[in-house]
Formats: sequence, C-alpha cells, structure tokens
Amino acid sequence: MTLRDVLTQIEGELLTPGCSLNLEFTRVFASDLMSDVLAFTGPGELLITGLVNGHVISTAAVADIAAVVFVQGKKPSAEVVKEALSSGLPLISTPLPMFDACNRIGSPRAGA
Amino acid sequence: MNEDLSYRQEFSIAGGDFSRAGEVSRRIKNLLKELGIDAQVVRRAAIASFEAEMNVIMYAVQGTVHLTVSLDEVRIVVDDRGPGIPDIELAMTEGYSTATKEMRELGFGAGMGLPNIKRNADAFRLFSEPGRGTRLEITMARDGRPS
Repeated sequence: MTLRDVLTQIEGELLTPGCSLNLEFTRVFASDLMSDVLAFTGPGELLITGLVNGHVISTAAVADIAAVVFVQGKKPSAEVVKEALSSGLPLISTPLPMFDACNRIGSPRAGA
Repeated sequence: MNEDLSYRQEFSIAGGDFSRAGEVSRRIKNLLKELGIDAQVVRRAAIASFEAEMNVIMYAVQGTVHLTVSLDEVRIVVDDRGPGIPDIELAMTEGYSTATKEMRELGFGAGMGLPNIKRNADAFRLFSEPGRGTRLEITMARDGRPS
C-alpha cells in the first residue's frame, strides 16, 4: 500500500506538502504510547496515533517511521509540522477515529 | 578496541527540558549515519539513546552522554545527577513506572524504557546510587547481530 492509497482510504489530508505519495508500506502500527512505538515497531512502518505533540515527530525520527497519520481530525501545530518537514516525515490527518482508520487501511475498499 | 581510532563526542541533557527532548539522540543518529554505521545498528543506537535521553529529562537534574565509536562497536554511556534508582531489578521490569501524569500524557513513562534499551543493546550495564545519580553503559557491535 502506498501513501497515496492511505490518503484515499481514510479521506486524509496531507499536512506536509511536497512529500512523495509513492512511499510503500507493508506494516502499520497504531498507538498513542510512544514508548510502545519505540519498543515494537520496525523501520519503514506507518504510525497511526491520536497524539499531536512534537515527541511524536522525535519518536518517528529515531524509530525510522515512514509516515504518521493523526486520527479524529487532529492536526499538530505549525511548529511540529515544520519539524516533520525538516525530517522528511509525511504527516496525514484523517477525520476518522483510530479504529475506523485502522479498519479502512487494513481492509481497503475496492475503488476507494 | 583500538582506542586511537575511536571517534568520541559528548552531549549534555538538561533534566526537565521536554522542549528539547530528542535533540541529543537525533544528533547521535545523524553522526552514526555519517560515520557509515550499519542502518540497523544506527536505529538501535538511536532508540536506546532516545529512551535514555527521555529518562534523564523525566527524572534527573542533568545528564551527559558519552558516545564512542570504535572500529568494532558503538558505545553509549549516560551519566546523570539525580534521584537515582533504588531498586534496579524492579526498574527493569516491563510496565513498572514511576512516571507522572504529565509524562504519560506526552506518550512516555509506560515502564518500557530501560527494558527497551537493554533489548537494543548487545551489552547493557546500569549502576545507580540513590540520591546521587545513575550511570548507563551500552554497546552495540558495528557488524550487527542475529535478531
């Protein structure tokens, strides 16, 4: 699944313009606990979270997370987005709750 | 270890300064990348140093990270001045945490930090003197290890 597919499936908005949408994912990790992101992810994974603070970007950067999806329509501050842009980390916001975002990405709808 | 060919650098961490959390570990990660260290080793070192950096920020007054890259290993030593750890065995238990509500709201303090540092290291040693501080020593072989 590419970042472009993710955007379509979850009705997402790309918060970091200029980032490539052709990025491929094979694994997705959903958590609000950055401790778990550090302990249980592998490189190149997509992170889905409800946290929007700068620590999400720091965590994603050290753990080689490929992109971050914020659920419930949450958007980080301009400062956090700027930090992500400087790390080349794509950020997406979706109006969907965590469960629905995971479900849509895990079971893509045909033609969506 | 060939001491003469080692690359060394020190970094300071201010306890309580959440606004700069991650800066030191990102600098370490970038340095290791520039030195051509294996990507898996860089990731493990970055994760371990980030966990250690968060521990200093959350619990200590001040910390110093000593990074040494030799021909065969990456070594990270973190010395801090702070309350120390009264029971290291208990602190190493996954899920055990003394984090405050504020720390947990930031997404940390789940009691995974020290076990995760150990998981990412090839060698791990932790010393603490309650009331004075803590010393963490970890090394990672540069040629990686079987996972």
